[in-house]
Formats: sequence, structure tokens, C-alpha cells
Amino acid sequence: MNVAVTYTSREEIEVYKFSALATVLIPLLAILAQVFVPVRLRFFSVFDLPLLVTLFFAVARRSQVSGLMTGAVIGLLQDALTHQPLGLYGIAKTVVGYGASSLGVKIDVENPGSRLLIGFVFYWVHQAVYFLVARNIGGLSLEWRWLHAFGAALANGLLAIVVFAILDRYKQRA
Amino acid sequence: MENVLARYRNTTILVAVLFVQIIGLAVQVKKPTDAGSMLLIRYWVVSAITPLERAVVSTSRGFRNVWTSYLDLRDVRAENRALKEQIDHMRIDEVRLKQDADQARRLQALLAFKEQVISETVAAQVIGSSGSEQSRILYIDKGANDGIQPDMAVISPGGIVGKVLHTFRHSSQVLEISDQSSGVGAILEKSRLQGILKGSAGGEVSMQYVMSDEKVEPGERVLTSGGDRIFPKGLPIGNVTAVSPGRDLFLNIRIKPAADLSRLEEVLVITRIVDREPESADTGGPMRAADILAQRLPTVEKKAPPEGEKTAATPALSTGPSAAKPKPEAPKPATPGTATQGAERGSSTRAAGSESRPLADVTKPTGRPAPPPAPSQPVVQPPAQPDQGAPQ
Repeated sequence: MNVAVTYTSREEIEVYKFSALATVLIPLLAILAQVFVPVRLRFFSVFDLPLLVTLFFAVARRSQVSGLMTGAVIGLLQDALTHQPLGLYGIAKTVVGYGASSLGVKIDVENPGSRLLIGFVFYWVHQAVYFLVARNIGGLSLEWRWLHAFGAALANGLLAIVVFAILDRYKQRA
Repeated sequence: MENVLARYRNTTILVAVLFVQIIGLAVQVKKPTDAGSMLLIRYWVVSAITPLERAVVSTSRGFRNVWTSYLDLRDVRAENRALKEQIDHMRIDEVRLKQDADQARRLQALLAFKEQVISETVAAQVIGSSGSEQSRILYIDKGANDGIQPDMAVISPGGIVGKVLHTFRHSSQVLEISDQSSGVGAILEKSRLQGILKGSAGGEVSMQYVMSDEKVEPGERVLTSGGDRIFPKGLPIGNVTAVSPGRDLFLNIRIKPAADLSRLEEVLVITRIVDREPESADTGGPMRAADILAQRLPTVEKKAPPEGEKTAATPALSTGPSAAKPKPEAPKPATPGTATQGAERGSSTRAAGSESRPLADVTKPTGRPAPPPAPSQPVVQPPAQPDQGAPQ
């Protein structure tokens, strides 16, 4: 008999769902904040709110298909607001959504420590996929900056704790 | 096969979704859209997002204005704002005029040299960005309906900001000069070395293609060269902050942009640039009709024209602005057409000739164009000389 190994309690593998309004409005508000706030506060562009929302939906729903689709849609919307080819963020966030929902089944994602790690690790994953796709398929000449990526990953990990705590209010037990 | 797909359903969907996006991406890269055109999804998303951004900006601005207006003295604040705007305009004018003066000195000998002058601008408010570090894009609240078109230059009082990339009906996408796909023709103010201003992935701006054997000092100002046909020549770009040897025998010149790209709220879009020939120094001010006549007459042939030409000139003379004026003391010519005839005979006939001659005729070519008199300065007619009658 094959038993899946998880590192979660019964309570931790609870699956959540969201209202249609929250499903539409939360990503939209995240994208809106992402494009508006950096105009006034330039440093805010190191944060990736759509990424954090993708992660939150993925780990809360714990469905790989739902996670990757959410990531794809949010990523494509984000792509549309840049001047670069559509699909760079779409592909990166599809991978992140799939990965986060897969991980959400196996580990506890309710405590701040794991949320910090999720934000930190998946920011690296996101940037790595984006970098590879942009350079090899998109033909863009990007330069990988380790220090900047580390700082941004840490900042997103910390912000993930706050954002996840706020978005927890909109979760409904499935 | 079905069992395999069912067992790996999620992975299959992941691969399918990634495959579709990669194919779409490859198609876009292989066949880029023309300048000005864009994908429908991009148009929809921007059209949906920018009204929200505009609402957020105007709401926040409204709250901020109410708050500050109650705190500050209203009149002083309004006056201060007006003065600041005036200073901003004057700074732009000052830079342009200085550049014009330098240019005039260097190119004094060249005839028919044309300079570009900003003729019309549209003020716009920055309402958003791309939200991505890899895409340095701004959104402004003026679009095609306001006369904005792709490839128009966007400036701020400090210096250049970027160029319009795409336009929508009520908004436009502006590519900042710090974006890695941006390129601006640049020239160093003192050394007159030309290069290309490029952005980078990190948002730094550098001037490229300056040979490494050239000497460039940190602190030197960098201006637009006009070579890109987007930015008029002479607009401030920034200052050199560091110079180091780069790749392929070129210098790596780091530039600090003059415009604070991280705190842009309002910008100007240059909607019209006119090519203008510079005025030479001796025709700088308006000339009086008498002075023009004095310059012209010594070169005029003294031979009288045939009779037919005299009568042909008559209708034009009678329509001149001074034709209706009473002639104070000068003897009346036999026919109106004799005014021209008199003028061509020599200085002794100036009085009678100039009285009924329209300014348009007076300023007709003598080898170089003469500007019309300023509206506030009336055309001064030469005094009539009673002892010199009109020729018959």
C-alpha cells in the first residue's frame, strides 16, 4: 500500500475556496497596486504583489490545476501592462502556481515562518524562470544580479507574511 | 494512453499551458508587431486598468489638494505654483536658448541650416507604471484623443523622460530612457562628442559608442543630439557621473538623468516640432519700412520701367494699408501707379513713392527676407519732401 507522505496535520491540509468576487478583485487590486504605487514609491517595484497573490491562492486551494491557471492568468495580465512579449510573466507564474499548490499539500503553510520561506523561495523560482525564458525565448538581454535578487526575495518573503494574513480573511472552508 | 493521461492529468495540463504560452511567445518574438499596433489582449487590459489608475490618481490628488489648501494660505500657494510653473518653463527655454546661441556661433557660416524648435506640447499626468523592474514604462493620462502619437518625445522641466510607445484613446504608454530597449541620440555639452544613451536592466543610464581615447570629465552635461529624430536637439539629459573603459574600445559613461524618473507626476509631451532657419544677428529685430527702403534704394536700377508695368502695379498699390492715409504735404502724383515708378527713380522720389506702397511690397526680396514690423510698432513713413515732386 502506497501512502503519500505529508508534513501537515489534518487541520493544515484543509482546502479553502474563495468567493467569485474575491477571486476576481484580489488579483485585480494586486495588479493595480503594482502598477500604481511604484510611480510614487519607486522602491515598491522590488515587490511582486501579483506573485504573492498567486502563491496565496495556490497554497490555499491546494489544487495544482487551479494554481497553474491562476498563475497563468495573473501573469498574462501583468505581461499586458509591460512593453515586452506576452508570456514572460505568464510562464513564470504558471510554474510558480503549480509548484506552490503542490507544496501546499505537503507542508504547513499557515504559520508565518513557512510563509516567509514560500515567498522567499518562490521569488527565486519566479525570477529564474523569467530570466531563462526572457533570455532564451524572448531574446532579451537581462543581467542576473545576485544581491538584488536576494534582497528582493527577502523583501517579498516578509511581505508575504503580511499579505497572506490580510487575505486569510477571505478564505472559506471548501 | 488514457490511463497515463488521467494519472498525470495535472502535469499534462501544466505542460499544455506552458506549451501554448511558449508558442505564443515565440510567435511574438519571431514576428513583432508593427510600431503603433499591439495585441488585442494588451489593448483590453490597459484600457481596463488605466481608468482605474486615473480615478485613483485624481482621488488622491483631490484629497491632497483639499488637505494642503486648508493648511496653507490659498493665495500664496496658488501664486507659488504659478511661479514654479513659470520657472520650469523658463528653465526649458533657457537651455534651449543657450544651445541656440552656441549653435549659432558654430554654424554661423552655414546657410540654410535648420534648427528644431518645440512648437506645441501637451501636459499630462503620470497615472501608472508597468510595475515591473524589467519594463520601465509609464502610463500618462493623455492619449490619441489628445493628439498624442507614438514616437513623440516626453520631457519634464528637469530633462527628457522618454518617448511615447503606444497610444490608447485616453492614455499612452511611455518608454523611459532608463529602459534597456531605449536609445536616445546624445551629445556631451563641452566636448561635443556624440553617442547613444542606453538604459539597462537595473535602470541605470549610460552613454555608449564614445571612443576610449576621448577625454570625458565627470560632471559634464549631456544633451540630446537630435539624431534620433524624436527629441529636439539641446534638451538636457543629465550629467556624467562616472567614466570607465568599456568593451570594444568604447568608454562606459554613466549618466545621472536630469529628470527625476522616480518621482514623476507631470510631464510634457512634445506634439509638434518645427524646423526653423535661425535668424541672423542683423535681422534680429523688426525693421522699419523707411530703413528697408534706405537699404534697397541704392541698388535699384535707375532705368524707368515700361508704361505697361506701371499700370499693372496700380491695383496692388491702392490696397495697401497706407493707401487710405491722407498725404500731408507731398504733391499728389498724377496716377497712383507712379508711386512705384517714383521709387525706382532714386532717393528723390522716396516720399511720394512710399506713401501709397503697401508694406508687403516694401519688404519684397532684396536678397534676404526682411521681417514684417512688430504689431506694436507702427510703420513709419519717410517724410514727404515738398520740393521733390512725383515724376511724370
